[in-house]
Amino acid sequence: MDFPFRIHIGRWAEVIVEWLLEHFEGVFDVIKAIVEFILIQIDAFFTWVPWPITIIALTFIAWRVSGRKVAVMTVVCLFLLGSLGMWTEGMSTMALVATAVFISVLFGLPVGVFSAKSPNFDAVLKPILDGMQTIPSFVYLIPAIMFFGIGNVPGILATVIFAIPPMVRLTSLGIQQVDTEVVEAGHAFGCTPWQLLLNIQLPLAVPSIMAGVNQTVMMALSMVVVAAMIGAGGLGSKILYSIQRIDLGMGIEAGLGILFIAMVLDRILQGITKKQQQALLKK
Amino acid sequence: MAEEAKTKILCEDIWKVFGKEPQRIINNWDTYKEMDKVKRLKETGCVVGTRHATFKVELGEIYCLMGLSGSGKSTLLRCINRLHEPTHGKVFIDDMDITSLSQQDLREMRRAKTGMVFQHFALLPHRRLLRNAAFGLEVQGVDKKEREKRALDALELVGLKGWEKSYPYELSGGMQQRVGLARALATDPEILLMDEAFSALDPLIRRQMQDEFVKLIKKVKKTIIFVTHDLNEALRIAGHVAVMKDGAIVQQGTPADIVLHPETDYVAEFVQDLPKTKFITAADIMEKPDKWVLKSDDTSGVIAHKMDQRELRFAFIIDENQRVLNVVDYFRLTSGGLKTPEAPPTEEESNSNFPILAAAADTFLEGLLSEGAKSKVPIVINDSDGCVIGIIPRENLLTALASA
Repeated sequence: MDFPFRIHIGRWAEVIVEWLLEHFEGVFDVIKAIVEFILIQIDAFFTWVPWPITIIALTFIAWRVSGRKVAVMTVVCLFLLGSLGMWTEGMSTMALVATAVFISVLFGLPVGVFSAKSPNFDAVLKPILDGMQTIPSFVYLIPAIMFFGIGNVPGILATVIFAIPPMVRLTSLGIQQVDTEVVEAGHAFGCTPWQLLLNIQLPLAVPSIMAGVNQTVMMALSMVVVAAMIGAGGLGSKILYSIQRIDLGMGIEAGLGILFIAMVLDRILQGITKKQQQALLKK
Repeated sequence: MAEEAKTKILCEDIWKVFGKEPQRIINNWDTYKEMDKVKRLKETGCVVGTRHATFKVELGEIYCLMGLSGSGKSTLLRCINRLHEPTHGKVFIDDMDITSLSQQDLREMRRAKTGMVFQHFALLPHRRLLRNAAFGLEVQGVDKKEREKRALDALELVGLKGWEKSYPYELSGGMQQRVGLARALATDPEILLMDEAFSALDPLIRRQMQDEFVKLIKKVKKTIIFVTHDLNEALRIAGHVAVMKDGAIVQQGTPADIVLHPETDYVAEFVQDLPKTKFITAADIMEKPDKWVLKSDDTSGVIAHKMDQRELRFAFIIDENQRVLNVVDYFRLTSGGLKTPEAPPTEEESNSNFPILAAAADTFLEGLLSEGAKSKVPIVINDSDGCVIGIIPRENLLTALASA
């Protein structure tokens, strides 16, 4: 039996995307150029630094923020990454993730702040964020290609769409959770809204915001293979390649590479988050 | 001697109703008056935080809002600097209508006139004490050197010199609240709003803080509204107390008024266990001096006659400035008959063997009793210039004690 009617939402979406392309081509070109510029800078940096220095620097950071155990783990993970022959690809992936996270924080933070301050905006934003996280990421690869072609940029922007929700949510949550009395104190001493935000709300929301950054990084890492499908490079493209060739060996090596990077980044970020929490929550 | 007390803060019929359509509650209060809170919330979606609150605070006094939790005292306090926007009514500070200020003027008013201290301190955990204490000044845009100097002074004032580089979490509760106080004092506001400032401290520290606070306040001269649920605290530190119940003020007056003349059963129940000797003052039980005094040029005969008539054992001789010169003991004067009825009594005759006991009008019954025990002579109450304004005979002391 047939359905009584058919909603052509797919066609409407096509129309909208085409209309956007027609009228805002320049805007998309600018966005593409900006993202590409950021990526190239970061990528150039990561590939330019010789591997021993990268390992030493990351290990030092890990030691400072998370202690000796994590430092040891960092050395081991990074050495294994290199000895699997995945160093260059690993660094490209790092650059992609860093760019995506940078953009996510850049936009996620103010959006999160605004949603904490405006319940109406928050109500509109919530279903959108839910959608960004639940719609399979493959779906928005298509418009990403249409707007930005194939390559790293659409990969990064697809990653941003997938990875930005926790940044927004945890920023908003962090600000809403700031002790009401402390916020009242700010008002009572005559803070302007900006003074309140910069001196009280943001500093006290830092642990939550850092947790958001951590989650954003993890989600960005989980997108590298998907992003590789539309031409993003790094370890993701290695994995994609190995799937196409059914090359188990390369697949395992590249997969482990992502695992090592994920572990190092996660532990370091957790260390920072914990430090912030300790500084603020000790009462 | 008493200057005309100047009104610093005036609250007129303040209401704060939380929820949608709060005006409905205010306009139809008679309908909702008897309703139980839960039912009222169900029917109207509103909670009455505070209502009908009218009071004034005089310049330089400590005014206590006292009530149990949920009585609306903190809500009322927050209406004064509009941390809560009053739903109805007006607040005046120095005759300036606070309720009609724009957001920007309100900010300026808060910066210039009010400091606030919070129950749980509300310090900034990521800042060292110096920057915590300097917060109000920083917000005002005072330059760094100046604000750090003033913050340091404020920290010293509350006894935290040498701690300015510490973080709040390194301090005990009592010390954290000193920081809260220093932060409020650093901007040198005219008014301090204290929200259960000492309630989160343990009893011994609380007591100590109260004493120090009273001392400190004498030094810095502020008008203070102090919210507390602790009656003893209110009575210890306040010049005037307002007792609150279910959002409304049920009685206001001096601590002695509240303790000695409770107007409702609720207040009476509150104060019933208090040692009244600590609240009854000389002014409450003294009599007008007229009956007890004699002029210095009265002759022995006249004195004896007057004392006879007035049935006095003791009387006081005063000079033209109303200062007590001597006390006359009727028995001593008349023992062995009057020697020179036409002349004023001699030193020998007038001296009663008893010292003259003098006290100020604000001496508590407690103090009067320990004084009075030393002598049979009535206690003379002098004003600050040494002029007699009242006399307390022993009977009054004992009657007061019996009723306490």
